[in-house]
Amino acid sequence: MANMISDETMEYVGILAKLELSDEEREQAKKDMEQMLDYIDMLNTLNTDGVEPMSHIFPIHNVFREDVVENDDEHEKILANAPAAKDGAFKVPKTVE
Amino acid sequence: MSKQYETVIGLEVHVELATKTKIFCSCSTEFGGAPNTHTCPVCTGMPGSLPVLNRQVVEYAAAVGLATNCSITRKCKFDRKNYFYPDNPQNYQISQLYEPICRNGYVEIDTPSGTKKIGIHEIHMEEDAGKLIHDEWEDCSLVDFNRSGVPLIEIVSEPDMRSADEVIAYLDKLRLIIQYLGASDCKLQEGSMRADVNLSVREVGSEKLGTRTEMKNLNSFKAIARAIEGEKERQIELLEMGRPVIQETRRWDDNKESSHAMRSKEDAQDYRYFPEPDLPPVIISDEWLEEIKARQPELRTEKLIRYKKEFDIPDYDAQIITSSKKMADLFEATTALCGKPKKVSNWLMVETMHLMKEHDMEADDLKFSPENLAKLIDLADAGTINSSVAKEVFEKVFLDDIDPDQYVEEHGLKTVSDEGALRSVIEQVIASNPQSVEDYRNGKEKAIGFLVGQTMKAMKGKANPGLVNQILKELL
Ligand SMILES: [Zn+2]
Repeated sequence: MANMISDETMEYVGILAKLELSDEEREQAKKDMEQMLDYIDMLNTLNTDGVEPMSHIFPIHNVFREDVVENDDEHEKILANAPAAKDGAFKVPKTVE
Repeated sequence: MSKQYETVIGLEVHVELATKTKIFCSCSTEFGGAPNTHTCPVCTGMPGSLPVLNRQVVEYAAAVGLATNCSITRKCKFDRKNYFYPDNPQNYQISQLYEPICRNGYVEIDTPSGTKKIGIHEIHMEEDAGKLIHDEWEDCSLVDFNRSGVPLIEIVSEPDMRSADEVIAYLDKLRLIIQYLGASDCKLQEGSMRADVNLSVREVGSEKLGTRTEMKNLNSFKAIARAIEGEKERQIELLEMGRPVIQETRRWDDNKESSHAMRSKEDAQDYRYFPEPDLPPVIISDEWLEEIKARQPELRTEKLIRYKKEFDIPDYDAQIITSSKKMADLFEATTALCGKPKKVSNWLMVETMHLMKEHDMEADDLKFSPENLAKLIDLADAGTINSSVAKEVFEKVFLDDIDPDQYVEEHGLKTVSDEGALRSVIEQVIASNPQSVEDYRNGKEKAIGFLVGQTMKAMKGKANPGLVNQILKELL
């Protein structure tokens, strides 16, 4: 039943994830992903008729905040996490539309 | 003979909700703060931070859904939309794909051939992205996350519109409903309402939809209308030349009145949505839905009926006054202060509309307070100022929201009803205009108008016109 992942798929997934993998890493990742797909195939053999698809593991719902401002201006702390900053903003490589 | 084409248009409208805080954190949504002053670990996507949903966002979204005839999804969920872009700090946007909060609604618009229903496919809740500012000096981009996490609803229509006019009517209708609900101020220019236009053309009679394009960056009704015309022509031209329309996103440049294809963000269409694990589902019970329904404010149709009944103002006036929430609010607040609905309606319908046109303003741009309009109406009504002075003072109220009592006092604009003072001015006018006096005495009734005008001029417009007439006739 083993799934096979093509080199094209690996490259595509790499682009989507913004990951550059060495040949060795790519082969390892390919194996891992094939195993994951095999596992999902196994799950798919189970009879789930009448079982509601689960989106959240805890049996809770409606966890809300009231609409009240509680956060102060902490831009200095926030910007301390920026690799580069300028004029109170995060500085990033130029983006074009 | 050339082929006949039909334009098929659907809209994706993003509306920023009028909450005080963001959708998943307690940061303020206030406009205009210095960069990143309204941010926290949640809305800047710091590892380990967790989102908690703002209850008010659910209530506004459901309220808009109810007012647009949607069915409300009783168990709705959030999903992650994955993409990389510097304005998106988590590298995913929390949105709703599988179970959006509202589905299958419609609004009715007026068209030359009657009322038309425009279907609403769905309304979902999501978070806004940050803002990118290009820095020319260092040739880099600067990111401000103040808007990141501001709550949005996206209203997705069915492809039911066939012309720019229908699109504008639909947007106008949505804007009015949402403004009346208080769920957003819906200002296109400021970006609190944004419309993306999906457009395709097909031969008249064809059932199959053509390939569509999506147009972005439309920030006024005029730009939307121009973009629709431009894109329609571009697509027809391609088809006429036997070339295919390519499915793509295009950016409208309103200055050049043309659009260009946006560079695709490397396979950006593959968003790999999956259920958002950090947010439990939202269950909207019957009780909660009833509460939201009970809190729905009066919408336009209800206001129209009440205005006619309660204030006895003509249908036409009521239509115009309720055509914006701002105008309706001004009308009601001013009427509550001065108790003269017909006068208030007149000032709004005549002078306000006139000045709005002159200054190219929309109702939402009006700055004057109901207090000052009420004061002006009282001054005019009591005869303290005459009608031409009232118009002059109103212009000041309209432009700078001045206090009419104070202004009239400071500029000595009160109507002069002092008979003695008037009489001596009129005597002078008569003495210096013998020709007109003679004309009048010879039966030229109209000549008195000139003498009234001269008196008003001498009094700098402040005389009581009735009294001027009376004294003139007496002295002649
Ligand atoms: Zn925040």
